[in-house]
Amino acid sequence: MRANFIFSEVWIGLRRNLTMTIAVVITVAVGMAMLGIGLMINAQVTMMQGFWYDKVEVSVFLCGKNTPMPSCKGKAISAQQTKDLQGEIQGMTGVEQVLYENQAAAYANFQKTYAGNKLLVEAMTVDDMPTSFRVKLKDPNNYQPIVQALQGKAGVSQVTNQKDLVNQFFGLLDKLRSGALAVAIVLVLAAALLIGNTVRLSAFNRRRETGIMRLVGASNLYIQLPFVMEGVISGLMGGVIAAVMLIVAKVFLFEEIARYFAFGSQLGWDSVASVITLTMVIGVFICVLASFVTLRRYLRV
Amino acid sequence: MIHFDNVTKVYTNQNRPALDHVSVDVDKGEFVFLVGPSGSGKSTFLRLVLKEERPNSGAIHVAGKDLARLSNFKVPHLRRRIGCVFQDFRLLPNKNVYENVAFALEVIGKPRRFIRKVVPEVIELVGLEGKAHRMPDELSGGEQQRVAMARAFVNRPMILLADEPTGNIDPATSIGIMKVLDRINRTGTTVVMATHDAAIVDSMRKRVVELEDGKIVRDQSRGVYGQAY
Repeated sequence: MRANFIFSEVWIGLRRNLTMTIAVVITVAVGMAMLGIGLMINAQVTMMQGFWYDKVEVSVFLCGKNTPMPSCKGKAISAQQTKDLQGEIQGMTGVEQVLYENQAAAYANFQKTYAGNKLLVEAMTVDDMPTSFRVKLKDPNNYQPIVQALQGKAGVSQVTNQKDLVNQFFGLLDKLRSGALAVAIVLVLAAALLIGNTVRLSAFNRRRETGIMRLVGASNLYIQLPFVMEGVISGLMGGVIAAVMLIVAKVFLFEEIARYFAFGSQLGWDSVASVITLTMVIGVFICVLASFVTLRRYLRV
Repeated sequence: MIHFDNVTKVYTNQNRPALDHVSVDVDKGEFVFLVGPSGSGKSTFLRLVLKEERPNSGAIHVAGKDLARLSNFKVPHLRRRIGCVFQDFRLLPNKNVYENVAFALEVIGKPRRFIRKVVPEVIELVGLEGKAHRMPDELSGGEQQRVAMARAFVNRPMILLADEPTGNIDPATSIGIMKVLDRINRTGTTVVMATHDAAIVDSMRKRVVELEDGKIVRDQSRGVYGQAY
């Protein structure tokens, strides 16, 4: 096998179809970047679910002086009421632990969670913070009876199940992921068709050469390899651009969002690397497949 | 070397067979003219030898191989033992004489040192010494056909098939082409040449196989073109 012969053929082919090559590279790059972003969102969601589901608790917010909720009727909860309520919650089945969080503690928590968002932290004061019970459940999925029992009780302004909030957020991420994957599938399809077309043009441009190669007894591999290599090289170039896009997305999208939303966990570089590897492999595989399928149709050997 | 046994070839969408129960034997080292009017089956005969087409019935043996039992995978190896020359030369216009001839060896993976040694020899054999770096469009028709013959012969095939090699060339130049073919034949290569050119057939006095409507109507050693009429 004469490698430099193959490569000079590949180079000529790519240069002759420069516009098509560029189109293929761009399509593959965007398609693979979308696929990668979908996979990265997926990894992020999985990681966050593990992190959050351990920590979710039911928050029972208590009435303060200025709480506008109708169930408070404008009155703050008394110390005795607070104590009684704590005892009652403690006695409920499925409750593991009840913690009382006063305004100072709530403010400290708030500051810590939103450390990245100075404006918000500065706008709030200790008095704006509600007091609450943090109820840790034995089974975080079995929250309904407890939420229902506490909702509307005297002195309780609001009962929120953190799992609902977290799930809402995950729902949004799920939609983003599905969107990215759908775009990726469409673009991969477009890339396959474009590669098919490029190979067809290439085969037509080089019909004299391939005709002579057939005649003098060049093996099928020798005749087809330059065409397949063209596909592989455009796929690789697209993959490299996609990798750059994914790294940019990780730095400017995922890390920025993480700062605002307090994800609690960061997508590591190791998972970015594995996503990039996977998208490259898929990209090249699709290019090879598309080349082969087209060659069978347009390059009778 | 080439053995056709009762071969019939009918192209799809055509009723009349291109070759109709043809049986013929060509021995090693022979020089055979395949003559007959257009559409008489000469080109089909050559395509069948190359396994570019399959016969509908009958058996073909080339260089000791039964083509019906030769897998597609091995067809390239068969073609390496057969050289081909055509009426329209089929040179690569963006390669010079040397590169055109070398191309045939490059694509079958021959080492560069071997190519550098044999290509000039073959260019000299066909009488193009000193023109190795000319481009095809700087050559006359006869010279281009010599390049094509050099390319067909550079891998020392056992068989050389020529499909009207003088079809595009004036009679005076054709004599030179025939001399090259004769020289190739003298190295032991079997030559099968399809042609219309009566003058050439008459002057060479070689074996003549005449086809008409896909049938062999004459097979004569040391024949001439139009004797049957």
